[in-house]
Amino acid sequence: MDPLRQPPSPCSPRPSSPRTQSCEMLGYVGIEAVLDQLKIKAMKMGFEFNIMVVGQSGLGKSTMVNTLFKSKMWKSTLPGLGVPTPKTLQLQSVTHVIEEKGVKLKLTVTDTPGFGDQINNDKCWDPILGYINEQYERYLQEEILITRQRHIPDTRVHCCVYFVPPTGHCLRPLDIEFLQRLCQTVNVVPVIARADSLTIEEREAFRRRIQHNLRTHCIEVYPQKCFDEDINDRILNSKIRERIPFAVVGADREHLVNGRCVLGRKTKWGIIEVENMAHCEFPLLRDLLIRTHLQDLKDITHNIHYENYRVFRLNKSHVLPRGPGWVNLAPGPAPSPASPQATPRTMKVCRWTQDNSDDEC
Amino acid sequence: MDSLAAPQDRLVEQLLSPRTQAQRRLKDIDKQYVGFATLPNQVHRKSVKKGFDFTLMVAGESGLGKSTLVHSLFLTDLYKERKLLSAEERISQTVEILKHTVDIEEKGVKLKLTIVDTPGFGDAVNNSECWKPITDYVDQQFEQYFRDESGLNRKNIQDNRVHCCLYFISPFGHGLRPVDVGFMKALHEKVNIVPLIAKADCLVPSEIRKLKERIREEIDKFGIHVYQFPECDSDEDEDFKQQDRELKESAPFAVIGSNTVVEAKGQRVRGRLYPWGIVEVENQAHCDFVKLRNMLIRTHMHDLKDVTCDVHYENYRAHCIQQMTSKLTQDSRMESPIPILPLPTPDAETEKLIRMKDEELRRMQEMLQKMKQQMQDQ
Repeated sequence: MDPLRQPPSPCSPRPSSPRTQSCEMLGYVGIEAVLDQLKIKAMKMGFEFNIMVVGQSGLGKSTMVNTLFKSKMWKSTLPGLGVPTPKTLQLQSVTHVIEEKGVKLKLTVTDTPGFGDQINNDKCWDPILGYINEQYERYLQEEILITRQRHIPDTRVHCCVYFVPPTGHCLRPLDIEFLQRLCQTVNVVPVIARADSLTIEEREAFRRRIQHNLRTHCIEVYPQKCFDEDINDRILNSKIRERIPFAVVGADREHLVNGRCVLGRKTKWGIIEVENMAHCEFPLLRDLLIRTHLQDLKDITHNIHYENYRVFRLNKSHVLPRGPGWVNLAPGPAPSPASPQATPRTMKVCRWTQDNSDDEC
Repeated sequence: MDSLAAPQDRLVEQLLSPRTQAQRRLKDIDKQYVGFATLPNQVHRKSVKKGFDFTLMVAGESGLGKSTLVHSLFLTDLYKERKLLSAEERISQTVEILKHTVDIEEKGVKLKLTIVDTPGFGDAVNNSECWKPITDYVDQQFEQYFRDESGLNRKNIQDNRVHCCLYFISPFGHGLRPVDVGFMKALHEKVNIVPLIAKADCLVPSEIRKLKERIREEIDKFGIHVYQFPECDSDEDEDFKQQDRELKESAPFAVIGSNTVVEAKGQRVRGRLYPWGIVEVENQAHCDFVKLRNMLIRTHMHDLKDVTCDVHYENYRAHCIQQMTSKLTQDSRMESPIPILPLPTPDAETEKLIRMKDEELRRMQEMLQKMKQQMQDQ
C-alpha cells in the first residue's frame, strides 16, 4: 500500500480490473514518473489526519497523544492536578501542523473528557456518535454542492483509540456497549491503557479475554477482517489482530538509561521505557497508526464508513435518484457495516466500486 | 503463660503471708500495692482464651486488586474457589454481599476473621445507588446486634458488625470519582472507612504524592468522615509519636498486593515481577502496605472495634430508639411521664411457633368438644 497515494474517489474503476488486457511494453516510456509527480503534489498539499481518544479520565490519553506525535499536543494532566471532571461529556479538539522531512501533517486530536466518569453512564456514547456523524454530515454537505471546493476540508474522524482500563479481568459492560456502537461508524483501535500495572502474564491473559469478549459480541475492531484486500494484507493484518489490544504505556519525560536518553517513567524499582518492546507495546501502536496504516485508516473511513453514512442519509432524504446504483436499505438508527454474511439485498459497499457486484468485498 | 501468672501469684503470696512487725514496717511500700496492677494480665489471659473476632469489608470497583491485597494482609487464600465473571454475566449482575470466615491462629492467639466482599460494585453502566445493598447489609448487622443485646439470652451474642471498611480508590483517576464520593458519604456514619489507593505500582512517587494531597482535599471538601487515628498521649516516647505522625501523613495509603513470591537480590520476597524491575510489597520505600498492615492488625485493630461499638453502633441504636418512641407516642396519643421502653418484639420465628401452638391447642379443644357431643348423642 503506497502511503503517498491519495484516497481515490469512490466511483473510480479499479486500477487493473480483470476486463482490460495487459500488453507488453516495447521500451521505457516513463510511466513510473507519475509516482514522483504524485509525491511532489502530496508534499505541497500536505496530509490530514484526525484521531479521537476515548476513555475514562486518568488513563493517560493526553500523554499517549503527546508520546505518539512526539510533541506537546496537550498539556497532559498529571494525576492529582487535573481539572474537576465535567458533569457532562464535552468534546475538545486541537489542531496542529507538524512537519517531518518536508512532509506536512495537519493533525487534529479530539479528546473526550468526562466519558464514563459519572455514576450513571447510560448513553454517554451519544455525544461521541453525534460528533462523528456531524463530521460526516459536514463533508457530505460540501460534496453535494454545485460548485465544490477543489479540496474539501476533511474533519472526519479517521481513527478512534479506545482506552481500556487495566483491570486484568475482562471488558466491562460500558466498554462493550460503547465498542458495539462505535465499530459500525468509525475505525476503533482498542488499547490497554496504563499497562505498567500488569505483569507480562497478566497482560497476555487479559488480552486473550478481551479478544474472546470482542468475538462473542461480534465487535470488529480495526483492522477489520472483511476489508483485507489480498493475501499479503491478510497475513500482515492477522499478525496485528493477534496482538490487539496493545498494552501501552505513555510518557512524555525523558530519563537517562545506559547513557541513552529515553522516554519513560521512573519508579523506585526501575525505569519503564516506552519504546522498548520488552516493556510495553507502544511501538506497535505507533507503527500501526502512523508508519504503516495511516493511509489505510483514511481510505476505510472514506470508502466505507463515510459511504455507509452517505447512502443512509440520501435514502432517508430521497435525494438520490433511483437508478442502477440504488440499493434497498431498510431505515434503521445506524447503518450496519458491509459484511458478506449479511442478507442478500444489503448494500455491498466495497472498497473500490459500487456497481461491480462481481468484485469481492 | 506461666511467666505471666508468676508475678501475680508472687504478689498475692506476699500480701497473704504472715509477717513480723519489723518486716511489715520495712515492707510498708507493699501495703500501697493493692494488686490490681495485674489486671491487664488477667484481661490478657481471658481474651486469649476467648479469642478475637474482626469483620473487615472490602469495597471498590472490580479489578483493583482487592482479593490480592486481602491475601497479602492475612497470608491466607480466601478466594481459592472464586470464579471470575465473564463480560456477559457482568452486564446483568447486581451488587452482591459475600462473606468468607476463616479462623487464624498465631502464637496461641485465635482470630476469627470475616471478610465481607462486595463484587459487582461500580461495574455496571448505571451505578446509581449501587451502594444501597451495602448500607442495607451494615444496617442489618447493627439491627441484629441490637435485638440480641435487648434480648433475654445474652450469653453468646455473635458480633457480626462491620468493624472496618477498606475502600479502594482507583489510581488512574485524578482524585475521587463521583461513585467514590457517593459510597463514602452513604457509609461514613455507619462504618469506619479507611480509603486506600489501589495498584500503586503504576504511579511514580511524585504522582502518588499529588494524588494523596488531592484525595485529602476532596475528602475535606465533601465532608466525608473517614476513620481518624486516635491522638497519642503526650507521655508516649518520641519514637511512637514519630511513627504516629508518619502514619497520619501517609493517609490514604498507597498499597500494592501480591500473592506470588519472587526472587530479588538473592532473597525470596512477596512481590510483582516486571521486565523493568521487581516491586516488593513489604518494602516501605515501594508502597505503604506495611503501614496498612501494622495499622490494621498490629496497632489499631482494637481501636477500630471500639469506635464501631461506641460511635457507629450507638448512633444507630439512638436513632432506632428515637424512631420507635416517636412512633409509640404518635400511636398512643398520650403523654406518659416515664419514657416508654419498648419491649423487644419477638422475632418472626418465635411468633410463628407461638401461633402454631395456639392453633394446635384450639384444634385439640375443638376435637374434645366434638367427642363430648358424640358421647352425649350416643
